[in-house]
Amino acid sequence: MDRAPGAAGPARVDATGWGWRHAGRRRAALQGIDLRIHPGERVLLLGPSGSGKSTLLHALAGVLGGDDEGEHHGRLLLDGRAPAEARGRAGLVLQDPDSQVILARVGDDVAFGCENLGIPRDETWSRVREAIDAVGLDLPLDHPTSRLSGGQKQRMALAGAIAMRPGLLLLDEPTANLDPVGVAEVREAVARVLDRTGATLVVVEHRVDVWLDLVDRVVILGADGRLLADGPPSVVLDARREALAAAGVWVPGVPLEVPEATDAAAPGAGPAISTESLGIGRPRGAVLHEGLDLVVPDASSTVLTGPNGAGKSTLALTLGGLLAPRAGRVVAAPRIARGIGDAPVRWRSRELLSRIGTVFQEPEHQFVASTVRDEVAVAPRALGLAPAVVDARVDEVLQRLRLDHLAAANPFTLSGGEARRLTVGAVLATRPSAVILDEPTFGQDRLGWVELVRLLHELVNEGTTLLSVTHDAAFIASLGGHRIRLDAQASVAAAAAGRDGRA
Amino acid sequence: MSTVDLADATTSVPTLRFVDRVNPATRLAAAMVLTTPLLLTVDWVSAAIALGIQLVLFALAGVTPGLLVRRTWPILVAAPLAGISMLLYGRPSGTVYWEFWLAKVTDGSIQLAIAVTLRVLAIGLPAALLFLRVDPTDLADGLAQVWRLPARFVLGALAATRLVGLFVEDWRAMSLARRARGIGDHGAVRRASTMAFALLVLAIRRGSKLATAMEARGFGADAPRTWARPSTVGAPDAVLVAIAAAVAAAAIAGAVWAGTFHPVWA
Repeated sequence: MDRAPGAAGPARVDATGWGWRHAGRRRAALQGIDLRIHPGERVLLLGPSGSGKSTLLHALAGVLGGDDEGEHHGRLLLDGRAPAEARGRAGLVLQDPDSQVILARVGDDVAFGCENLGIPRDETWSRVREAIDAVGLDLPLDHPTSRLSGGQKQRMALAGAIAMRPGLLLLDEPTANLDPVGVAEVREAVARVLDRTGATLVVVEHRVDVWLDLVDRVVILGADGRLLADGPPSVVLDARREALAAAGVWVPGVPLEVPEATDAAAPGAGPAISTESLGIGRPRGAVLHEGLDLVVPDASSTVLTGPNGAGKSTLALTLGGLLAPRAGRVVAAPRIARGIGDAPVRWRSRELLSRIGTVFQEPEHQFVASTVRDEVAVAPRALGLAPAVVDARVDEVLQRLRLDHLAAANPFTLSGGEARRLTVGAVLATRPSAVILDEPTFGQDRLGWVELVRLLHELVNEGTTLLSVTHDAAFIASLGGHRIRLDAQASVAAAAAGRDGRA
Repeated sequence: MSTVDLADATTSVPTLRFVDRVNPATRLAAAMVLTTPLLLTVDWVSAAIALGIQLVLFALAGVTPGLLVRRTWPILVAAPLAGISMLLYGRPSGTVYWEFWLAKVTDGSIQLAIAVTLRVLAIGLPAALLFLRVDPTDLADGLAQVWRLPARFVLGALAATRLVGLFVEDWRAMSLARRARGIGDHGAVRRASTMAFALLVLAIRRGSKLATAMEARGFGADAPRTWARPSTVGAPDAVLVAIAAAVAAAAIAGAVWAGTFHPVWA
């Protein structure tokens, strides 16, 4: 094993007829991969969900596991050695910012890889400072990692990887869970790191436009886990644009077939939910905002935007009757409250169901049943509907959201797009007058995105009031008929609809 | 998204003279040396001697009465509660002062109540105060570098503590989601069980991602590891352990001399 501290220089990848089958799966995740990546090349790896992109990245990082995790065919070499034997030659950054924070302080976290490689203490700290500087993380070494934003966490993970001086940088959807500011931060940091180190890059990402300027080669994997295309970005993307879009990849230049936002609320349509001098905050937490006077118009779509940490989710939960106001009031219009008092937080859990539904950011937080079918049936049953009515509603929702073939599956085993559809479906089953969604498009591929946005348009057309917390510019363009912007300070500006008013 | 900040617990605490210069792993050792002998006997003399000396020593280290109450109030509340239960239900002997159904206050139970109250304080206070400013990372460094516990085990446990804050957030979000799903009104037990299952799934997912991230940074390889943060022991460490041993010895000797020493096995 080569662990010489200065063994830098870009790495080379050679795959010959390589394939991998996870233990317990019938189908190979990857097969017959022939791929040569020259030192210093920058590769964007694309493919539909389940095409084995992450598997290839994990294999190159040497973390795929031993024979008990699965079996491989052919050869995969990093600088002529098996990747697991070449620890430190590849640095890997994963998608979820929260799950890859290892230690409590920024400096310690970045130093972790160097320690494991046996780098002497003085050199470790000089590398740590250099890496933190390279990713533009302008923070003291003892800064608590729990106080970092998502973009900062991803840059810290990048710093931890490059402090090991890897010849190959592997990024597995590093920006999928970030807001636009975080995406830009991470992209800039990667560009700076590559300019300084000249390392070979392999990045997996659904959003092609983020990385297009940075890569000089695009490799596409097919749904069957085989190599589909390989070449310069312009050539490959031009030839495969439509096919990639159909496979869920966000290719630039393919129009999204969804309606544009209009000021759909008819004149005179009153508020569905409004606030009077509302103060928001988590129980026992700090008050995040005071004096909010907002209106969510009836039977139309409103988006709630603003920087990270401004309290958007807290506001959404308060409007949805799940968190108590810290001051002031949330008022539900009579059409929504239907005779049980106008403060949603006073309603009983069961009374919320047909009035205001909330879709949480993490699907796993709201799953309560062991099958998809039961998951959709939970709320109608809680309403006390007759079994026949419950069955009819569940069938209708499953069919509408194309989940009927998954009726017996466990919700926790669904893909990201399916899980999102299920969370929306589970809320729709009780036909609430208003639906509040928290970051509904986070981590969605193009197919899941288009499907969700179309569904939400249908709901608005049927008279449902929508409020979505979002950072997603395309989502805002399609569903931002009304816009509420929540800034970090205690001030709120409600922007009217309009092309120029885009946040 | 805010997570529970374990680091916050240590930032707002005032410094302690001398104790702060001692390696956290040594503080763990000192707490064990001090309290283990006190677990071996149930008499009021040894506990009173130990507690008296401890209070003087911690006052010298800079523990003010206000700080004592703020940081150890659960122990201050628990100790008399333990005493009261002994007072009412401890083994009766001697004069009976008051009796009601199963409760009986006697000479013996009064003595036992005082002994138990003092003992909970004498064991609980030093444990809490010695660890007032211990950062989990520093403790792990000490356990791995000074005590030579396996790095794999210590660092794995340390990284797992990062996830605890996330689980607290998960639990809160899941409780709100239960209300939104229409099952927040009744059946708290059933609700908690669905939440516990979901938390388990999330914990396994987060844990395996964290393990992958750590492995990708070379963790778990057989090669020797270096430590970016030195964790050393010196004269203050030896002194603290010696003080702990001396306090324990004085307490036991005092009890033997007073004739109250009563080992739990006798």
